[in-house]
Amino acid sequence: MSFYKQVTSKPWEYQEPGTGTGPEVVFGSESEKIALALFLIVVSVIFSLLTVTYYLRMDIGDWVPLADPSMLWLNTGLLVVSSVLFQYSRTKAQVEENLSAIRLAFFVGGICAMLFVGGQLLVWQQLDGNGLGVASNPSSAFFYLLTGMHAVHLIGGLWVWSKTSFRLFSTTEVSQSRLSIELCTTYWHFLLVLWVLLFAVLANT
Amino acid sequence: MAIAVALVLLVVGSVVFHFMSPWWFTPIASNWGSIDFTINLTFWVTGAVFIAVNLFMAYCVYRFRHKAGQKAVYEPENAKLEIGLSAVTAVGVIAMLAPGLFVWATFVTVPEEATEYEVVGQQWQWSYRYPGNDGILGTVDTRHISESNPFGMNPDDPNGQDDILVKDPEMYLPVGKPVKALLRSKDVLHNYTVPQFRVKMDLVPGMVTYLWFTPTVVGSYDILCEELCGIGHHVMRGKVVVAEQADYDAWLSRQPTYAQLASMAAPNIVAGQQQYAVCASCHGQQGEGLQAMNAPKLNGLQSWYIERQLKYYQQGVRGAHPDDQYGRQMAPMASMLSTDDAVRNVAAYISQLPVTNSPDTVSGNVSRGMRIYNANCAACHGKNGLGSWATDAPNLVGMSDWYAVIQLNNFKAKIRGAHSDDDYGEQMVSMATAMRNPEQVNDVVAYINSLR
Amino acid sequence: MAYVPLADQDHDQEHHDPHTFITKYVWSQDHKVIAIQYAGTAIFVGLVALGLSAMMRLQLGFPDTFSLIDPSSYYQAVTMHGMIMVVYLLTALFMGGFGNYLIPLMCGARDMVFPYLNMLSFWFYLLSVLILLSSFFVTGGPTGAGWTLYPPQTITPGTPGHETGILLMLISLAVFIVAFTMGGLNYITTVLQYRTRGLTMMRLPLTVWGIFTATALALFAFPALLVSAIMMTFDLLLGTSFFMPAIMAAGEQLDYNGGSPILFQHLFWFFGHPEVYIVALPAFGLVSDVLSTHARKNIFGYRMMVWAIIAIGGLSFVVWAHHMYVSGMNPYFGFFFATTTLIIAVPTALKVYNWVLTLWEGDIRLNTPMLFAIGFVFTFIHGGLTGLFLGNVVIDLPLSDTYFVVAHFHMVMGVSPVLVVFAAIYHWYPKMTGKMMNETLGKMHFWCTFLGTYAIYLPMHYLGFLGVPRRYYAMGSTDFIPESAQALNANITLAALFVAVTQILFFINVFWSLKNGKPSGGNPWGATTLEWQTPDTPPKHGNWGHDLPVVHRWAYDYSVPGYPQDFIPQNVAGDFGVSDDHDHDDAPAKHA
Repeated sequence: MSFYKQVTSKPWEYQEPGTGTGPEVVFGSESEKIALALFLIVVSVIFSLLTVTYYLRMDIGDWVPLADPSMLWLNTGLLVVSSVLFQYSRTKAQVEENLSAIRLAFFVGGICAMLFVGGQLLVWQQLDGNGLGVASNPSSAFFYLLTGMHAVHLIGGLWVWSKTSFRLFSTTEVSQSRLSIELCTTYWHFLLVLWVLLFAVLANT
Repeated sequence: MAIAVALVLLVVGSVVFHFMSPWWFTPIASNWGSIDFTINLTFWVTGAVFIAVNLFMAYCVYRFRHKAGQKAVYEPENAKLEIGLSAVTAVGVIAMLAPGLFVWATFVTVPEEATEYEVVGQQWQWSYRYPGNDGILGTVDTRHISESNPFGMNPDDPNGQDDILVKDPEMYLPVGKPVKALLRSKDVLHNYTVPQFRVKMDLVPGMVTYLWFTPTVVGSYDILCEELCGIGHHVMRGKVVVAEQADYDAWLSRQPTYAQLASMAAPNIVAGQQQYAVCASCHGQQGEGLQAMNAPKLNGLQSWYIERQLKYYQQGVRGAHPDDQYGRQMAPMASMLSTDDAVRNVAAYISQLPVTNSPDTVSGNVSRGMRIYNANCAACHGKNGLGSWATDAPNLVGMSDWYAVIQLNNFKAKIRGAHSDDDYGEQMVSMATAMRNPEQVNDVVAYINSLR
Repeated sequence: MAYVPLADQDHDQEHHDPHTFITKYVWSQDHKVIAIQYAGTAIFVGLVALGLSAMMRLQLGFPDTFSLIDPSSYYQAVTMHGMIMVVYLLTALFMGGFGNYLIPLMCGARDMVFPYLNMLSFWFYLLSVLILLSSFFVTGGPTGAGWTLYPPQTITPGTPGHETGILLMLISLAVFIVAFTMGGLNYITTVLQYRTRGLTMMRLPLTVWGIFTATALALFAFPALLVSAIMMTFDLLLGTSFFMPAIMAAGEQLDYNGGSPILFQHLFWFFGHPEVYIVALPAFGLVSDVLSTHARKNIFGYRMMVWAIIAIGGLSFVVWAHHMYVSGMNPYFGFFFATTTLIIAVPTALKVYNWVLTLWEGDIRLNTPMLFAIGFVFTFIHGGLTGLFLGNVVIDLPLSDTYFVVAHFHMVMGVSPVLVVFAAIYHWYPKMTGKMMNETLGKMHFWCTFLGTYAIYLPMHYLGFLGVPRRYYAMGSTDFIPESAQALNANITLAALFVAVTQILFFINVFWSLKNGKPSGGNPWGATTLEWQTPDTPPKHGNWGHDLPVVHRWAYDYSVPGYPQDFIPQNVAGDFGVSDDHDHDDAPAKHA
């Protein structure tokens, strides 16, 4: 039943319950995926608000645009590789074949993400070394804030990744890790898209 | 059952309370009668709804309370009724909103003939700036603010030279002329409110906000800060005097311009030393004070504080209260300084005397005193007790402690600080009153002793 | 998988009965235990806030009398009272307490979808409360910046608690938001995915709709608070200038430049206004069910009630700047926000009409929960109508920042939701404990609370009309406030102390009834919704015994004509022939 039909139906009219055995679900997918989707919406709200604030603060007049370090391109590349590897492990996990390839891709994908975080730290050091500390200008303050918030979310993902990796390497049953791999992959793609958007915002202002 | 009666009584009681209440808007003193009209309109519309819906509910409770054998009626909804009620509500809402938006439109459009003045807020004082003869306010910047330039005037802006600076909580406005207040803050958010004018607006550091009105009734009105601005929020007061044009002009001509203040000659310390000879007989050659003569130590005080107090003694703001025994002795002495320059000179002389030590005569619980001091006094007098020109708070450290006790008690008893021309006395009255008992006063003074 | 019958899920560890005391009551993953942990913590911290308000009232009613209260501690009390009541009491109690207890039961589920996450949610909440309370014991004490935490004041000297208190407040809020997000994801997913067979969204009780929508609001709104808290922490600790312009403090130039205090206000109220409805919508839902059950009548206009909840929830995101009419923001915003704000009055008024119409032609049982529910409708009407003053931008000019505002929001989001909290506790206590609460004590408690709070807040509006500013430690001397205002203030204080003290009746009742209450049976009020149809009372772990209930009808089949009993539980099968034609003239046996 469509949402519109549902909320306009007259609930007091008698209707036999359906014959199924499961609960009345709105979305026909695993609850974990729905919860993740909700969480991603929350994260999107956080970053949208930060971006809006970024543009509003920019207008105030003391804004000195930041020359973005070229190293960010390298980091972006790492995150892309990470996402591709996760996607590969997901595709394989869904058909439950080639355990060692899944393990390798998933593990290396996580390592790439760690390298990304490390790379971001290096960028911070570079900036700070050039006299662009966090308090030097609102543009650099926002740079640290946005990249930092993004990295924090990635580190949170890495925690789940480490748990999943542990399970993946300690059992031979792919099916036990399939859902976790799928969730991680979705999250990674989201963080990649988020990063690309943030990078675009930071690079163009 | 009782609840039905209670609902009726509450409705009746609320109506009676409203009509009996002596508490209602202060008589309006500006052009914003249209705001009062909107309020009254809203009041009658919402009042009618309040009475009708609650009486209906009381009736339902009474009429349909449980009785043996009764069964409720099954009626899931009645779309027509619900839509009808919503439509009626919407009409009521429009009736209140539409006039409101019209009045707001006049509020946001300042009439062209309105003259400007500036209100400057800071923790916890008001000061004002008028544009001078050229009718233009000079530019300002927080970065220019210093002890000699408390308004942060841009020294290079020709428009600012004739600006009239009123560093005093009292301001004047001419009656019957529309004015636009430009609002500026040096530190935190404040709000410029005069209840009789009806309009108010926040002062926001980093930007200039505005409001406009036409004062319509001659008189003197309180200015309050209505945006929480720290510990002295409730004592951030000013006065606005709405005067006839002639009185307003006369007042304005007595206020200094920026150029006058900036070009004032330095005080003459040598002349001050000669004047001080009289003071020395009680306060000591070095201004070290003499408890036997009830003369407090003076060296270590800032010149602007001494100057202000001497003027207060001269004007009867201080030392005139019948219970202020020692203050009454001081008043005639202060009056011997016949000119403003003499006051400046002697104050400058005292402030450069070498600082001596005063003995401890008050004992109290230092750690309790510290808590009270840091929580309340430090906001103006500083954590170190050295005072600040910015808050017009004098140095406390190393001064005569017995005198501090007497003065705190005088503030508490409104012997000092309650005079309407004592600019910041009211603040000390409020803060001193927060020390409820003699022990707390002693604790604080003992803590101040420990700061040297 | 909480859906399958118990017998089929032995392989699933999540629903093995917990055996030890620790797993049963401390590290519990059972939604009912977590609910009680949440509620207990929230009520405890609420009592702290109640104590703070008593302290404020003593100072206002009898100034210069009590030596505990100096300006600094007064502003700290104002701040902590506000923040605790809004966030740590009401939000936590409605969501973590009632949401946790009722959502799985009303949905016919065995538990939340993610019980472990649910447990974590509580422990993070407890952590946030402890961090908050710890600020009472650090140098300088808790922050006194007002619950709105407006910069620059929040972090400059001259504000109590600028040393450490403010940092603890910001950290505590961040932890609270994390805790809430964990709980909120759970509530939403559970409602979407775990409703038992036959329980369509439109058959849900309004309680679930209210909490569900409020949770959605909170998930969208709290990020704004999180963002502003993080940015303010940057300004505080790292010296950035997000919100801090070039300013002076105690005669010194501070090292900030260019930041915008108004930007913070926009972020804060983008959270802060939905927050009002985060508290109000669950209250709307709970009170609807209490009214319907005790009036023995379906909630009137169920569909419009659901739509109104959704409409109010949606609109609550486009009205935030009505808190900022006099903040110095672009005054032209006033036109937009005054309009949206007054539009929200329409669905809200419809809800009020439908509550009252639920009583019409009902068979009203004036039990304690019902008294509280009726009391709520009264105070909510009052508080809602005064909102029409403040929402209308020009009227806000004289009334903003006066006691009118204080009276308004206490009536609408203090007294009203608290009356619902009590209604709900008296109503669901039998399900939670298997014992009835004492009616005599309950009614005494109601009368003291209802009449007492009205005696506090009705006169307070008039102080506001007069122009008495809020957040004043002491009024001092003015030329426009008559002496009588102080007498009024003293009376308000007496009423407030009376209300505060009489809350003891409630606690006595809760604890006394636990032992001595009459056994309630499973469904003492004759209610239709699923939580009253559990095989055990209080419900055991897993809630439903072997088989989950199957739902055949909506949540409000009260007094169905032709059916012998005046309620039909949702899990009773069979069409009793009222669905096509509900014209009440056909209904037999009315008003016998």
